[in-house]
Amino acid sequence: MATLVIAEHDNDGLKPACFHALTAAALLGGEIDLLVMGHDCRAVAEAARGLGVGKVLLADDASYEHQRAEPCAALVVSLAGEYSHLLAAATTQGKNLLPRVAALLDVGMVSDVVAIEAADTFRRPIYAGNAIAMVQSLDAIKVLTVRATAFEAMVPGNNRAELEELAPVPGPGGSRFVSEALAASERPELTAARVVISGGRGMGSKEHFSLLEQVADKLSGAVGATRAAVDAGFAANDMQVGQTGKIVAPELYIAVGLSGAIQHLAGMKDSKVIVAINKDGEAPIFEVADYGLVADLFEVLPELNEALDKELNKELNKELNKELNKERDKE
Amino acid sequence: MKVLVTVKRVIDYHVRVRVLADESDVDLNNVKMAANPFCEIALEEAVRMKEAGWVSEIVAVSIGPQAAQEQLRTALALGADRALLVIADGVVEPLTVARLLAKLVEREQPGLVLLGKQSIDTDNNQVGQMLAALTGWPQGTFASGIERDGDELRVTREVDGGLQTLALTLPAVVTTDLRLNTPRYASLPSIMKAKQKPLETLTADELGVEPRAHTRLVKVVPPPVRKAGIRVKDVAELVAKLKNDAKVI
Repeated sequence: MATLVIAEHDNDGLKPACFHALTAAALLGGEIDLLVMGHDCRAVAEAARGLGVGKVLLADDASYEHQRAEPCAALVVSLAGEYSHLLAAATTQGKNLLPRVAALLDVGMVSDVVAIEAADTFRRPIYAGNAIAMVQSLDAIKVLTVRATAFEAMVPGNNRAELEELAPVPGPGGSRFVSEALAASERPELTAARVVISGGRGMGSKEHFSLLEQVADKLSGAVGATRAAVDAGFAANDMQVGQTGKIVAPELYIAVGLSGAIQHLAGMKDSKVIVAINKDGEAPIFEVADYGLVADLFEVLPELNEALDKELNKELNKELNKELNKERDKE
Repeated sequence: MKVLVTVKRVIDYHVRVRVLADESDVDLNNVKMAANPFCEIALEEAVRMKEAGWVSEIVAVSIGPQAAQEQLRTALALGADRALLVIADGVVEPLTVARLLAKLVEREQPGLVLLGKQSIDTDNNQVGQMLAALTGWPQGTFASGIERDGDELRVTREVDGGLQTLALTLPAVVTTDLRLNTPRYASLPSIMKAKQKPLETLTADELGVEPRAHTRLVKVVPPPVRKAGIRVKDVAELVAKLKNDAKVI
C-alpha cells in the first residue's frame, strides 16, 4: 500500500496546503511518494526531498507549467497502478485535477476529507458543513482531496528522498494557458494565516476594507470577505471565505459587519476563537462567536486598532526593558 | 452550436438541514427543494449565449427523481428549448452522473456542456471534471467569465491566487462559479409557454449505463456544536479577553 501525493506548488516552492496533505497521507499508513508536476520546478522537487517522503517524482516540462488538468491527469493516471491512494489538498488545483483522474481510472472519488477513520473510510462535510458524512470507498484505488485546515502541517523529516525524473506523458490537447491575474499581497495566505479578519456587506465600501487591513497588519493576519462583500466589489474574489470560497480555521477569526449566513459559516466555523462585531445583536454570527460585540464597526475598528497598538507597544516595551535589564546586569 | 446544461434538484439553500436520529442521512422529508444555485448560473449563461447569437439550441438535463421535472420546467421557462430527465432515485454518485451525461453527449452532440461547479447538497465538485475525462474534452472549471474567440472559448477561472484564463478548443466542458452572472427570474407568460416545451424522460437502462457503487455511506452525523460565547461591552474588554482568556493576541 502506498500513497501518491500531488504537490501543490507555484514552480518556486511548495504551498502550505501541501504540508497538510502530507500529514493526511501519513495517517493512511504506508509509503508516501510526492509528485511535482510543473516547469522549471526542480528546486521544488529538491526541497521536497528533505520532507520525509519515500520518493519525489519530478515531471518538469512546459506542458505542466500551469498544471492544466488535461496533461496532468494523463501523467497521474500513468503512475496510478503503483498506488492504493492518490491524494491532493482540496485547493482549486486539487479539485480541478483529481476528479478527472478518478474518471479516467473508472473509480469514484472522495472530496474534501476532514478525518481519516481507516485506509478506506473517511469523514467529509456535506450540506455546507451542516452534516458530516462518513463514507467508505469501495474502489481499489482511492482518490481523495483533503481539507488542509483539518490536518496539521507535516514536520519535515531528516532523510534525503530519492528523486526520480519522469518523462512527459502524451495527454489530450484542447486547452491552452492564456494569462493569469494573481492578487499580490504582503499578508499571509488566507488559508494558512493564524489570524483572519473578515468583512461583509456592512463594510459599505472597498475603501473601508482598509480598516480591516490595519487591524490585520497589527496581528500579522490575513483579510477575508463574505460573498456579499466580493459581489459588491469591496474585495477580490480570492478573499472569499465560505462553502464556495476558501475554508479557513485560524486561531482567531474576527467577523466584522457580516451576518453569518450558512454558506459563510461553512468556511470558518472550525476557527479556534471567533469574534463577532456587528451592530445587529440578532445576527446569526453571534450564535457561533466566542466573543461578541454589538456596536458600530466604524467606531470599533479604529478603537481596536489603537488598543492593539498600545498592547503591542506594551509588549515591545516589556521586551526592551528586559533587554535593558540584562545589559545592566552584565555591567 | 448546441449547449447541454445540467440542472440538479437539491434542498433549497436557505434551509437548515437536520441529521436524522438514526444517523442514516439528513432529513429530506417536507423540505423545500430548488434548483442548485450553480446550475441556475450555468443555465443563465447558456441563455445569454443564445441571445448573443452563438448558441442555437439549449438542452436542459437533470438526473434525479420524477419530481426534478419541476426544476426542468423552470429551466424551460428561463429559456431552455427542451429538457431531458434521466430518472434516478436516491443518491446517484458523481461518476455515474458523469457516465450518464457522457451518453447524452454522444446522443445529442453538443458543442459545449455547462454545469455548476458543485451542488450545494453533496459539495463534491466532481461531475464536470469527470465528464470532461470521459468525453476526452478540455475542461474550464470555476468559470467567472466565458468569451468566444473564433473556434475557441476563453474561460476565466477563479483560482486560489486570483484569476486564470484558459483557451479551450470546442467541444468543451465548463463549470460555473458564482460570479459568472446573476440569473434572471422567469416571467408568468414564459412559465405558461414552458408547459408546451418538450420534456423527454429516460432511464439509465435506456442509456446503457449500469450504476455501480463506488462508495458506501456509513453514517451521517451532526457537526460538533460550538459552545455559546459571551458578549463584551467594549473594545477594551474584547482585547483583554482575547489576551488573557483566549490568549490569541
